[in-house]
Parts: sequence; structure tokens; C-alpha cells
Amino acid sequence: MRRAPAIAVIVAAAALVGLLTYGIASSGTDTTIDSALARGERLRAPDMALPLLDSDATGSIADFRGKVVVLNFWASWCEPCKQELPLLQKTQRNLEGRNATLLGVDLEEPERDAMKWVRRYGLTYPSLRDLDRKLARDYGTTSYPETFVIDRDGRIAARQRGPVDQAWLDATLPKILAEKG
Amino acid sequence: MRAVRRPTLARRRRASALALVALLVLLATTAGRLAQVSSASAADTGAHATLVDIEDEVMCTQCGTVLNIAESLPADRQRAYISDLVAQGLTKDQIKERLVDQYGEGVLAMPRNEGFNRAVYLLPVLAAVMALGLVFVLARRWRRQAADEPHAGFSLDGGEALSEQDDRRLDAELAALDP
Repeated sequence: MRRAPAIAVIVAAAALVGLLTYGIASSGTDTTIDSALARGERLRAPDMALPLLDSDATGSIADFRGKVVVLNFWASWCEPCKQELPLLQKTQRNLEGRNATLLGVDLEEPERDAMKWVRRYGLTYPSLRDLDRKLARDYGTTSYPETFVIDRDGRIAARQRGPVDQAWLDATLPKILAEKG
Repeated sequence: MRAVRRPTLARRRRASALALVALLVLLATTAGRLAQVSSASAADTGAHATLVDIEDEVMCTQCGTVLNIAESLPADRQRAYISDLVAQGLTKDQIKERLVDQYGEGVLAMPRNEGFNRAVYLLPVLAAVMALGLVFVLARRWRRQAADEPHAGFSLDGGEALSEQDDRRLDAELAALDP
């Protein structure tokens, strides 16, 4: 009987340490997708219905099933995100007619701020609005911009942390576009 | 020489009553605070808003801190957006609704006091009550165990503690000696 309080204290202390450890571990960058890609594995792309920018409708990656989707997480308060927008719009023009599209995911900002930059660069590809960063969390995205290439089967085929450049796009897209699905 | 005496039943009952009063005071204080929060929310509905009113009740969602202490470009953008809404004459509640539309529920520093979110306010109280209850139960058990053990001090028969009956008899005899 005398051991019961001591055991309770030990269990409580262990639970607290476990909780602290989990909190520290989960606050770091999620490298699950990176690890899978490094092994040559393609994970199913997380998806959810989100509001579309400049629209009352919702959209999702599933709306583009059968197409290659270049998914780009961005925000207008993010300088590197804005700097890659012209290249992304150029890429969108190159993807037309190839059964592929850019899809932006705008993060945690008023619609008006994002639309200012959409109009400035004449972006013609759609953007989803990721309130609460739920989709970004599912992709393990903690800093911006980040870009994922999703193949025709809805699996993540490539990932770029930080801004994309022409060299990365040229090295990554052609082989994924060539896949039948 | 005096025998070692165990706490009387009256003293134990007094201790239990005190613990119960402490629990009731805690519950009453928390209920009062909850009512205060609810009435403050109700009062917000018609009040004219200012940026200062709002920025300590919303989060800079990128910074993970309350907006009034956040220093970053996203925080500045958020403040600019709130200032525009204030300039449009929206109330505090309306501005918070707009912020939730643009940034998600995570923009609120405190969850809304409705539905399942009430658990955020109630769970700490319940946890405190359960912890107090556990301390109370354990304290009683330890005292009972201590009472069951032989006392280290002097005892009449050289080794065993007084029984409750003997304890009462001794109290009565000592009381009889008082003038």
C-alpha cells in the first residue's frame, strides 16, 4: 500500500517528461516526405478542400486528378515567395497543354494582400487559402516558400525547400510530365 | 510522563471541513471568473473597437505570439488589416469574425467560450479539484497508516500506542484534574 503513492508520482513524472519530449520533437521540421523521397518512395499527397483565392468556391488537389500538379506554398509577406512568382507564372504557361498545372497555397493572410500580388504578376493559376495552416502542416511545411510536384497518381514525386529556380524545374519536371500515370 | 496522543475525531472532522471549504471557494472563484469572461464577451458586441483593444486578444499566426508583442512583417500586415477594419467602424466582435475568416480560428488568443471550447476553461478547474481530492485522500491514508504504526515516543506499556478507547479515557481523566 505504501508503494502506491510513490508509483503514482513516478508515473506522473514519466508522463510529464514524455509530453515534454513529444512537444520538442514535434516542433521540429517534419522530414517524413524527404525521407520517403530519399528512399525512392512516393507518398500519397495530403489533400483537403480549402477556399479558393478570390472566389466563394472551394478547391483541392483532387480537382486536378490525372494532371501533374506543382504545389507551391506562399504568402505575400514572404519576400522569397514573391521573388519566385514570375518564374512560377512562366512555368504555368509552359505547363499548359501538357496536362499539368501550378496550384498555389496562400498562407494565413487577408485575401486582399494575396490578390495584390496575383494581379501584379498576372498569375493565371489558382491558389487555395490555407487558413490555420492545416494543409501546410500535413506537408511538414514550416518555412516558405516550399514547392512539391505531385504526379498523375496523386503522389509526391519531388520537393523543394525554399525558392525554386529554373535549374531545379528543368531537372525535375520533364521526367514526371513524361510519366503516363 | 504524558502518553503519546493521536489526533481526535473532532480534529479530523475539522480538517475535512476546512478542505471542503477550500474546494468550494475554488469552485466559486472559477465560476465567477467564467461568468466575467462571458459577460465581457457579451459587452464587446456593441463597443467601438481600437487596435489596442484587439491586438492583445489575437495571435500573430506566423509568430506564435500575441499580436501586441509580435514584431515581424506578417504581424505588421495583420495590424494594418485590423486598423483598416477599425477605420470602417466595425465592432470588436465583427473584426474578430473577419480575422477568423482570413486567418482561421487559430488567430484568436483565447478559444471562443462556446460548445466544445468551454472545455479549455473547465478542464483546469476539474484538474485542480481532482488534484485536491487526491491530496485529501492520500493525506488521510498516510495519517491512518502513521497512526497504525508503533510510536517512537514514550508509551505507557513500553511499546504499543494507545487505543482510541484508552485515548478517550486519558482525555477524560486529564480533564478531571483541571480545576
